[in-house]
Amino acid sequence: MPDVQSMVLEFVNKLRKRKIEGSQATARCTVELLRSVISHHRVPHANQASALIDAVKAVGAQLVAANPVELAVGNVVRRVLHIIREEDLSLATAAVAGFDLLDASDDDEDVNGKGIGYPGMSAAVVAAAARSTLRPPSLQTLLEGTPESATVPYTSSSGADSESKTADKSSVTRKLKHDVIEGVNQLIHEIAGCHEQIAEQAIEHIHQNEVILTLGSSRTVLEFLCAAKEKKRSFRVFVAEGAPRYQGHLLAKELVARGLQTTVITDSAVFAMISRVNMVIIGAHAVMANGGVIGPVGVNMAALAAKKHAVPFVVLAGSHKLCPLYPHNPEVLLNELRSPSELLDFGEFSDCLDFGSGSGSPLVQVVNPTFDYVPPSLVSLFITDTGGHNPSYMYRLIADYYSADDLVM
Amino acid sequence: MESRRNPRAVVDPKVRQVGFFTSSQPDSTYQPDPIASESHPVVSSISPSGNSLSPVMIPPPRHNSSDTFPLRAAAAASAVSPSSFSYSTRRDFPDGSMTASPGRVSRASFSKPSSSLPGVGMDSMAAAKSSSVPASGLTTVSVVNMPPGLSEKESDQKKNSKPLKEKTTKAERRALQEAQRAAKAAAKAEGGKAPLVSSGSVASTNVKVTKPAKPSSQKNDVAAVAAGPSEKKGGQAEKDRKKDAPHPRMQYDDESRVVKAKRRAVVKQTEAKNRVELFRHLPQYEHGTQLPDLETKFFQLDPMHPAVYKVGLQYLSGDISGGNARCIAMLQAFQEVVKDYSTPSEKTLNRDMTAKISSYVSFLIECRPLSVSMGNAIRFVKNRIAKLPITLSESEAKAALQSDIERFINEKIVMADTVIVKHAVTKIRDGDVLLTYGSPTAVEMVLLHAHELKKKFRVLVVDSRPKLEGQLLLRRLIKRGINCTYTHINAVSYIMHEVTKVFLGASSVLSNGTVYSRVGTASVAMVASAFRVPVLVCCEAYKFHERVQLDSICSNELGDPNAISKVRGREDINYLDGLTNNANLQFLNLMYDATPSDYISMIITDYGMVPPTSVPVIVREYQKEHSLV
Repeated sequence: MPDVQSMVLEFVNKLRKRKIEGSQATARCTVELLRSVISHHRVPHANQASALIDAVKAVGAQLVAANPVELAVGNVVRRVLHIIREEDLSLATAAVAGFDLLDASDDDEDVNGKGIGYPGMSAAVVAAAARSTLRPPSLQTLLEGTPESATVPYTSSSGADSESKTADKSSVTRKLKHDVIEGVNQLIHEIAGCHEQIAEQAIEHIHQNEVILTLGSSRTVLEFLCAAKEKKRSFRVFVAEGAPRYQGHLLAKELVARGLQTTVITDSAVFAMISRVNMVIIGAHAVMANGGVIGPVGVNMAALAAKKHAVPFVVLAGSHKLCPLYPHNPEVLLNELRSPSELLDFGEFSDCLDFGSGSGSPLVQVVNPTFDYVPPSLVSLFITDTGGHNPSYMYRLIADYYSADDLVM
Repeated sequence: MESRRNPRAVVDPKVRQVGFFTSSQPDSTYQPDPIASESHPVVSSISPSGNSLSPVMIPPPRHNSSDTFPLRAAAAASAVSPSSFSYSTRRDFPDGSMTASPGRVSRASFSKPSSSLPGVGMDSMAAAKSSSVPASGLTTVSVVNMPPGLSEKESDQKKNSKPLKEKTTKAERRALQEAQRAAKAAAKAEGGKAPLVSSGSVASTNVKVTKPAKPSSQKNDVAAVAAGPSEKKGGQAEKDRKKDAPHPRMQYDDESRVVKAKRRAVVKQTEAKNRVELFRHLPQYEHGTQLPDLETKFFQLDPMHPAVYKVGLQYLSGDISGGNARCIAMLQAFQEVVKDYSTPSEKTLNRDMTAKISSYVSFLIECRPLSVSMGNAIRFVKNRIAKLPITLSESEAKAALQSDIERFINEKIVMADTVIVKHAVTKIRDGDVLLTYGSPTAVEMVLLHAHELKKKFRVLVVDSRPKLEGQLLLRRLIKRGINCTYTHINAVSYIMHEVTKVFLGASSVLSNGTVYSRVGTASVAMVASAFRVPVLVCCEAYKFHERVQLDSICSNELGDPNAISKVRGREDINYLDGLTNNANLQFLNLMYDATPSDYISMIITDYGMVPPTSVPVIVREYQKEHSLV
């Protein structure tokens, strides 16, 4: 237990000091931390699921508070919570089904077919509700839908507890934890593999002789472009250098190392060049539920220019970047200001910078934001590991990954 | 020459008779010239003086012209009196832009023995007139070249097409070719046509007309023979022109031209190796290599005036930048040139000085491509030189020129800026948050003046790599105690929320309303208009130009690519070290971009505050005034 606590603290510190760069790295670290939190958590006999959820939530709240701008942390915490709820639900369903089998095995088909047909059988209703939350939506499940489905898991597990034997209980407990860790491992795997999943689709979007503009440094974009290159597509890439962090230089270096035709342009030349560009591809920092994108600074300008010249603006985003929140004033609230030293030489302007010392009125302020918000109307397409989507569809895609209970943490 | 210049001086701007003919004086016929030069800026911008010079430059095939007149006379049966006849031939061109007076034509092309054309005069001429052919010169040529065998229909077509195309070298070349072809055809069908022609010319018993008729009789016999040499001559002239005066918008992907340009270049530039495919048409050189070379040459370059040389070096090293500064530096150098000038024997001041200026200009172009403002200023200077009355003594002429240049600097740049400041300040109100990009001089003056008027406002200075001119502006504004915020261009959409007005500068305003300015201006204007913030462009009217441009690619300037790979003051950014010679990696350092007029709310010029749609109007009016000054 204490070692987990120290791990959490260490990670919180790192987040606070912005030691971890990039949403993918952050997501991976978060999910690994949560896995150890879960595996070290001693689960009580009753209500193991809610206990786990509480534990994860507690840790998650700390992490999110440490860096509220890094939305991937919150996303991953919500994903883990969702996994716990789902596993719990499926266990409950299994338990109920087992109970049904013992009790009324001949009714099984009817339970499957129309659970509502049994007015007295609360267990059957519960099972149907559980299934409906697990099954993909269909007309039938919509018709069967029970309003209390959200509260069902707890009652069912307690109900199952009371009716099953104590030996059974411990195995169920162990099973839940095991399943959850299994699920979290899957999530880790998914986060690690999202590049390949996205890159696989490159060939469908990049054609011969294309000119692509990108900006910022995103591993996803790098893999995406390289995947197209490996498929013998030849195209040119314009990279905006992305001052003042010059992530574009980094990306250009890697692209050149992989043998792509790369041209580095200044950020100010984006508008000038966009008329000769066939597609703008950027990696998102986060994707909001309304389809808006938070990306490296300068993205909004590129998106506006692309819109003006009717150039497709494509956003690549792994599923861990999909945030279930709707943004309010994201340019300011979901942004972060970096050090002015990246823009101005302190030595040169030392006499007029605002050091907060209160000597006279400050004459110069330096603004150096990290992120930019692109409204959904400027985005042509999202490419996630599950395929391409419209901005207007993002809310639904996001709903697949998170439970409604976890949206507010 | 003199006779031609003199009527020009008396041009009356108010009289504008287009497509309506009387047997008017040469003055009024002359009148449309300024208009012609307005609507065809490319030509006039380069060689303002050309009007008077060109007829000599292009050796007119004598035979053709002599044929033409009679033929035309016959065609235009309305010719009653000799003088009206000649006008009528001209006047039937629909827009009246072809109104070079016939008297001039005939005199220029016939009274002068063609032998005077080639040789020294030719060379200096070609040098002087730079690549494009002045309007009236073209007119002359095309009229003169009017092939004898032309059917009425053909000539009609010509009439229609000419007003549009005649001003370009291409059109001229075509005219030459056509003439030659026609001449050959005429030689073949000689028997049939010659009598008709001569009868026409004889019928109009005019001295002027009969003059051409004289050579025509000889010529018809020699036509076939003459066609050959004349063609060669024309070709030679073309070549000379290309060599001696590079087209200001030379396309650098044309290899043969580049090679030729290199041969005569003073500045030895080495082509950058790793170039962006899209910008092959623009020159890109290794930076920093030419400077030492040029410095050693300083004392060997006799023809180059030291003042011009100095300015050229300053352009090259980037010590002088900004449209106004460059323009003023150039004009002041030209003043020096004028001061130290003395006419060589056997040369006339006008021609020789125009040639000199042209060679200086091509040197300056080698150092750095001209800005539009400089082009306009050069046009002005050449125009003034060409219009110097021949009666003036050399010292008088020099004084006049110097004061003209002084006046241009004062009126068009210095005064214009104060007027702009006066206008723009009215748009700044207390509590405003003004955004500016780069370091536009006009905007800086506006801000400083507004601050002097005790207006309370804040300035957001947006900057961009690699020049970081904004820091200099920031420095200067802070010194005056203006509250500033500094940021980079990527953050423009972050700070645009608080902005109430955007003030931008411009290198040039083109006649479709496009603002051609420091790269990044378009982005800033776009974001501003997306945030519904008014965009005000401050630009002196002498920077207006009738060229049009839709994108930033066809015409632009490339800066030093190495400035991109190296980040000044940030040693930690070294990702691209050692990759600069990689064939897969290019750096593109664009200098300008074109802002579409839809992003611009208003342009503040010395003529007042106008919407971008009014730019062509100002261009037209300004050019008219300009050619009259």
